[in-house]
Amino acid sequence: MPDLIEDDPRIIEFDVRTDEMLVNMGPQHPSTHGVLRLVLRTDGEIVSETEPHIGYLHRCAEKIGENLTPRQWIPYTDRLDYLAAMNMNLGWALTVEKLMRHEVGEKARHLRVLIAELNRISSHLVGMGAYGLDLGTFSPFLYAFRERERILDLFEEACGARLTYSYITVGGATADLPPGWLQRCEAFLDQFEPIIKEYHALLTTNAIFVKRTAGIGVLSRAMAIDYGCSGPVLRGSGVDQDLRRDGESLYTGMYDGYAFEVAVQKEGRYPRDHSYPTVPSEAVLGDCWHRFFVRMLEVVQSMDLVRQAIDRYAACPEPLPEPLKLFEKLPVGDAYLETEAPKGQMGFYVVGNGTSIPWRVRARSSSFSNLSVTHELCRGCLIADVPAIVGSLDIVMGEIDR
Amino acid sequence: MRGPSFLESIEAACPGAVVGSQLEALDPWIEIAPARIAEVCQWLKSRAEPRFDSLQCITAVDWLETDPKKAAKVSWQPHLEMVYHLWSTPARSSLVLKVKLPRWSGDVAGHLPEIPSVTGVWRTADWHEREVYDLSGVSFSGHPDLRRILCPEDWVGYPLRKDYEMPMEYHGIRCR
Repeated sequence: MPDLIEDDPRIIEFDVRTDEMLVNMGPQHPSTHGVLRLVLRTDGEIVSETEPHIGYLHRCAEKIGENLTPRQWIPYTDRLDYLAAMNMNLGWALTVEKLMRHEVGEKARHLRVLIAELNRISSHLVGMGAYGLDLGTFSPFLYAFRERERILDLFEEACGARLTYSYITVGGATADLPPGWLQRCEAFLDQFEPIIKEYHALLTTNAIFVKRTAGIGVLSRAMAIDYGCSGPVLRGSGVDQDLRRDGESLYTGMYDGYAFEVAVQKEGRYPRDHSYPTVPSEAVLGDCWHRFFVRMLEVVQSMDLVRQAIDRYAACPEPLPEPLKLFEKLPVGDAYLETEAPKGQMGFYVVGNGTSIPWRVRARSSSFSNLSVTHELCRGCLIADVPAIVGSLDIVMGEIDR
Repeated sequence: MRGPSFLESIEAACPGAVVGSQLEALDPWIEIAPARIAEVCQWLKSRAEPRFDSLQCITAVDWLETDPKKAAKVSWQPHLEMVYHLWSTPARSSLVLKVKLPRWSGDVAGHLPEIPSVTGVWRTADWHEREVYDLSGVSFSGHPDLRRILCPEDWVGYPLRKDYEMPMEYHGIRCR
């Protein structure tokens, strides 16, 4: 090979050495699910370091909670995980009920299961649709929102709101379901059930989708526990934990008598995998594909639970109890309770000092811990895989920044 | 498990670390000496049964009554209380640890109280401790990257302190 001189045009071919570069992803990037900023240290296409910067949506929710009564703070819980506001209302209501040693009746219990599981379906639908968007396919989003719209219609009928419900509250729920609601809910489920096959054709078994997600962002079991991951992120890594079954008796009591199987891979098999697409051979336990698949299984699981709850709720003749008074005094003491929200374990901590306003309110969100693992998952991946990994965690900035 | 025998086993493993307990509370808790918290947590994580392999939450509660009339009636002295909620994935049980800290180190306003970091025990403590530092003003010794997480880096004060006053403006933006 002849010696190269600087003016030689061929020198370009030998000068493909890349430099380390800092890339700012967000806070306005569409695939960061809200206002999340990721600073990536890249070398060419390879990401060597990821640093999430959060706090753009910080609204001092905990401080506001120290100035309001628990029932007045319910609308603020709506705005934590605004895609699953019912589950947030429920988590806070149960925590305050735990502190007050208050028990709601059978009817309120079944109503809560019914509403919370319905909201889980709608949250997972958004998770699925938005994940498709992250990976560059638009149609699943439209399919998911078509069905979610019907759930929102049902919620609107029950409480008047489509996103921030404030429906479940301390001591029960703000109002009973309107007449004919259960039939309309059942009609929705009947129509929804066969549609799930379409989702699997669109995403789960789609060859491009599998290529983009299988084996990407593998989160090991030990790391998931160490980072406090929860919900589908934890179960996607093969940890058999679901607070609806394993949580505190106060919470598991709500699901007493309900039949459901935790969506987790055990001995290489998922429950229900007989009627479901098989796990692709490229998929590794703990990767993006498994996290996605767990969510899809939970949609069906929640549908079963909603059906069970409808029967039980309809069988309760007594009227729904009135919720507790707005200015009910809180006892001295503290209580912490975690519930299984769609995105993971949502914890609330409340300290009472004998007045109606809590001394301290704390919200521990699942997305906060789930997001903290990104720098481990994104180490050494391609830039194009960063949205795939962050999207598979299904985060909501509202509950991270609070 | 949370009974007196459990308390004794902590006492045996880390002598002098337990300074109080309330086993009849709604969530029974054990109070640990501030300097010993990381050591106790490490032991709780490494013991066989139950193994507290996960940390759910770290909270700081500011016990300060700002109203002088009410302050005369309360039974406690102003202090900060750290609350650690631990979780055992294999045993599916939880444990609450509390640590009492002075509001300011050496009672000098602005000097943050210090407590050993548990980041080395559970990685999830990293962000939780940053949040407590950011909002409640507690310094964690041994934390790898202690800086604000939710508030901007140049924010002044610790919003979840009871005597916190919102600044009038921030970079030309009116705050109140």
